[in-house]
Amino acid sequence: MGSTGKLNSSSSELDLDRPNIEDYLPSGSSIQQEPHGKLRLRDLLDISPTLSEAAGAIVDDSFTRCFKSNPPEPWNWNVYLFPLWCFGVVVRYLVLFPARVLVLTIGWIIFLSSFIPVHFLLKGHDKWRKKIERFLVEIICSFFVASWTGVVKYHGPRPSIRPKQVFVANHTSMIDFIILEQMTAFAVIMQKHPGWVGLLQSTILESVGCIWFNRSEAKDREIVAKKLRDHVQGADNNPLLIFPEGTCVNNHYTVMFKKGAFELGCTVCPVAIKYNKIFVDAFWNSRKQSFTMHLLQLMTSWAVVCDVWYLEPQTLRPGETPIEFAERVRDIISVRAGLKKVPWDGYLKYSRPSPKHRERKQQNFADSVLRRLEEK
Amino acid sequence: MGNTSSMLTQYDIEEVQEHCNETFSQQEIVSLYERFCQLDRNSCGFIPADEFLSVPEFAVNPLSQRLLRMLDGLNFKEFVAFLSAFSPRATLQHKVEFIFKVYDTDCNGKVTFSEMLSVLRDLTGQFISEQQREILGNTGLKMEVEVPVD
Repeated sequence: MGSTGKLNSSSSELDLDRPNIEDYLPSGSSIQQEPHGKLRLRDLLDISPTLSEAAGAIVDDSFTRCFKSNPPEPWNWNVYLFPLWCFGVVVRYLVLFPARVLVLTIGWIIFLSSFIPVHFLLKGHDKWRKKIERFLVEIICSFFVASWTGVVKYHGPRPSIRPKQVFVANHTSMIDFIILEQMTAFAVIMQKHPGWVGLLQSTILESVGCIWFNRSEAKDREIVAKKLRDHVQGADNNPLLIFPEGTCVNNHYTVMFKKGAFELGCTVCPVAIKYNKIFVDAFWNSRKQSFTMHLLQLMTSWAVVCDVWYLEPQTLRPGETPIEFAERVRDIISVRAGLKKVPWDGYLKYSRPSPKHRERKQQNFADSVLRRLEEK
Repeated sequence: MGNTSSMLTQYDIEEVQEHCNETFSQQEIVSLYERFCQLDRNSCGFIPADEFLSVPEFAVNPLSQRLLRMLDGLNFKEFVAFLSAFSPRATLQHKVEFIFKVYDTDCNGKVTFSEMLSVLRDLTGQFISEQQREILGNTGLKMEVEVPVD
């Protein structure tokens, strides 16, 4: 947890039970050394570097690793540990879980009975209404965190409500939002979800200020970019929280940050979140389970333990492009939370890479061949 | 160790090891099995082409289509045999045979000039024109090393 300085493989990566993949693949993505000298026939016929890259990708690739849930090793395999574990299961499912459901229900009752009147009665007095609604949303998030026995340690200065600032954090599960929201009522930008989550999004989250996007809409990006800019300019609006990865990653890696949050012309405050998997893995693998199942899994485990670091606000340096800025902030967050960086776009989960990547490889090879042909 | 090796018995591992001529250690075979199961999401016993293409590093490779043809419908034993050419323990002969198979699109045991041009086309895309390819084929570029081709 929280290694500053170099990003070394943590001991869970160097799993001595399995061969270390890094021993097999040459470092860096380009295996071909710069070819020089006269072009020989074997340079055209020897396709082994390209084949090795392909085989390397088949055996292990840095993208799939980002989304793999790593289940803990079973430890309950003998005469006295197994009954102990069974006892634990009984306590978790029959004692803790009902208690937590009760706590959550009480929380919802308190919340709704305060929120609905405030929302309608204080329609005219917007300033007061917003203040109270903000407070109530923080309360219901605290109830949520309590319902998983969340042990959250916050490090660093609390976010303050100032204009022209945006918060970015790494993304592991939708509970990231709840954990951050219980401290400060952020406005958030989210993918619109179906079901009861969508209902929550359109009613309660509206009050703290939310921006929707739809991954599958192509034109959506410009509309969303404009909404982001408008929100950040407004002095009254809650500070905006963005998850620039765009998708949930398994909390061991970070994928590339989308530059949308970094070209708004305001300060970016990085937030790093690292979950401790000691009792439960908080990674929401949306391909494997629905959000409801994920919440139930959290509510039937002993606790959710995590660290949240509020890091130093960053601004665009002179001569730095938004993409470089995004990478710099990703670096800061990854180092703080002990995550490894991979050079892939999170949206490749949903679509194929564009042909221009392959074309670039082809172009490099073609250029070097033609150049060397001239060197006769 | 791990919950997948319980599906692979010691006999299975040894059988696979024999099939690939001892190019992989037993630990490597267990890791490959985990990877195979990870890619074979619907447990159909082979990995569909779609799954390979969902690995971005593989999809951007210029030779991916050729390899997909060779990887189609392979069960785990054949999958390991396919990858054995890449093991450091594989013989040079084995590696050369593998490259030969990649070139030999129609699988008739012979590599023709047009098949070589076809691989070159995959590697260079639209950045070398047809004429340039022909020129490359006919300039009589010298071979430095004798490569035994069956």
